[in-house]
Amino acid sequence: MALTPRTTIPEEEYAYPGSTGCPGCGANLVMRYLLKGLGDRTIVTIPACCWAVMPGYWPSHCLKIPMVYCAFEATAASLSGIRAALDVRGETDVTVVGFAGDGGTVDIGLQALSGAAERQTDAIYVMYDNEAYMNTGIQRSGSTPWGAWTTTTPVGDAKGFKREPKKDIMRIMEAHDVPYAATVSVGHPEDFVKKVRKAKEVSGFRFIHAYSPCPPGWRMNPMKTIEVARLAVDSRIFPLYEIVNGDLTITRKGKGVPVSEYLSLQGRFAHLSEEDIAKIQIGVDEAFAAMEKRAATKN
Amino acid sequence: MRKVMTGNYASAYGAKVSRAEVIAAYPITPQTSIVEKLAEFVSSGEMDAKFIPVESEHSAMAACISASIAGARTYTATSSHGLTLMHEVLIWASSARAPVVMTNVSRAMAPPWSVWVDHMDSVAQRDTGWMQFFCESNQEVLDTVVMAYKIGESRDVMLPAMIIEDAFILSHTSEPVDVPDQELVDSFLPGYDPEIKLEVGRPMGFGSLVRPDQYMEFRYKAMKAMDSAHERILSVEDEFKRAFGRSYGGLLDEYECEDADVVLVVAGSAAGTAREVVDSMRSRGIRVGLARLRAFRPFPRDEFRTLAKRVRGIAVLDRSYTYGAAGAFYTEICGSLYPLVERPTVKNYVAGLGGRDITPGILENIFKDMIDTTERGEAAEPEWVDVEGLERRWR
Repeated sequence: MALTPRTTIPEEEYAYPGSTGCPGCGANLVMRYLLKGLGDRTIVTIPACCWAVMPGYWPSHCLKIPMVYCAFEATAASLSGIRAALDVRGETDVTVVGFAGDGGTVDIGLQALSGAAERQTDAIYVMYDNEAYMNTGIQRSGSTPWGAWTTTTPVGDAKGFKREPKKDIMRIMEAHDVPYAATVSVGHPEDFVKKVRKAKEVSGFRFIHAYSPCPPGWRMNPMKTIEVARLAVDSRIFPLYEIVNGDLTITRKGKGVPVSEYLSLQGRFAHLSEEDIAKIQIGVDEAFAAMEKRAATKN
Repeated sequence: MRKVMTGNYASAYGAKVSRAEVIAAYPITPQTSIVEKLAEFVSSGEMDAKFIPVESEHSAMAACISASIAGARTYTATSSHGLTLMHEVLIWASSARAPVVMTNVSRAMAPPWSVWVDHMDSVAQRDTGWMQFFCESNQEVLDTVVMAYKIGESRDVMLPAMIIEDAFILSHTSEPVDVPDQELVDSFLPGYDPEIKLEVGRPMGFGSLVRPDQYMEFRYKAMKAMDSAHERILSVEDEFKRAFGRSYGGLLDEYECEDADVVLVVAGSAAGTAREVVDSMRSRGIRVGLARLRAFRPFPRDEFRTLAKRVRGIAVLDRSYTYGAAGAFYTEICGSLYPLVERPTVKNYVAGLGGRDITPGILENIFKDMIDTTERGEAAEPEWVDVEGLERRWR
């Protein structure tokens, strides 16, 4: 008797064992699901980030697709160059992907990203968001959330934890009128791969914001990567949605569990007071309510 | 086809007849008319290329590198601050062995703001692993772009090349230029088809992490490639001469150096003035010559050693300066000559920064000073020429 497949995710693997990622690394799964959604007619360009070292030491390469490394701030420019070269070669069906961390995207790479988006470069840009500069040892990025400890936002007596909100890259991308932008999470692979496939069918500049837990950087148990990822969605601190030509759709509503359940699993938030957590809860509730309101009013 | 054109248009025509396939560029004075002309060629269909109007020079070079790795012939152009903004990715280009060709319209750096010629921007990129060619005329600009692709794309070289034209003196001055027939260029310069390129079905990493026990070998190979470039520059120029009837003297272009007592080393457009001065002084029986530094990288070390055996004094004119040391051309020439047992007297003259004119009178005074210095046989310190407030007058 044939087994009924429990998932629509392709079985084909494009990310082989051999990645040097840490135990429980979310970014490993981001790459794995991304390539399952895109297939092997894909070329990836990657800047300085965890994934710059994760494919392995030369000449090893744990991915089934070719990859070209680029300078930290240059992902989207590299993307534009590859797209142009492939177009010259007539290989217009090949998907070109820029794959960068949050620091390489919202901070140092923002200019090139904005340029490529404005030029409507026909490519997919994936930001795997582990909410700090993890490859260099957990320094704050523009994508680090309010309240988080990092090595450059130390806690101690000075209570220097991050006091600025997370930069909302999705709103920045939306302001570029990109035809497709979506958030995805390693805790929801079906939703993830579905969105990647959808992005693949769109032409123009597409943006995917991938939630990517980092056990060493988040000071969490590496066995809890998926649990934390799912709690991020269920607490609505990281809602799953897509914006297609300006229309926003929430793809997983989440159960609406208290953010404290999400925060309590991560040492980077251990110093927060009840008031701090209450403040985060209010912010999350307000943001999600606004998103629901917007989702109800389509263009 | 002979046309009257600026150095900038000569660059653009050079990229056009070379059939550059991907052009990524960002405007900066005085480079702008290069990219405007290329944008025009591409949009009119005269050129079958992709033009990427990037948002910075850094992105221009980054796009060119990845396009080159993906197998496209690439071109860009910049100047001064644009070039120095690229510094990181210039090193990336040579390290990735991407034979990108770029024109740099050499211009002074700010502050204070200046849009006029000097070589600070180009010289500051000496260690990036690019071939660097200083041009004297607009024809040389066009021809060197074509030759640079052939040299850079050679299997034993695979390095990027920078064509340097002096701001305004070449970039915005019109001269008659022969635009070679496309068929002739096509037979001289075949399409770019690298053996290894970024392509689906061949999963590999371009630029992967290496350990300390692997890194030096990559650098050693790049060093050997630059050595090979020395030979290629000469052989490609021979081939170019046979095909097009023009040549530019290899890496060190010597003029009236055979029996010269004293020679002047200059790079770029000042060489044109220097030729006039050499002719004039020779007509008065003074045996002087010009050694035009055409390639700064690879450096014509052997050429200088050969030249040094024939002359008593070498005056080196630097249109840039390395603070706390001397002009870079000067220190490199001295370094090249040091192993010789008998060395000529060498003196450094720093002139023409920020577009200050290098007049025939100044060059003649430099020659005369060099003759005196050589006769006295003294060690000579670098001298700044034609600077207000200094006692010595050079004009």
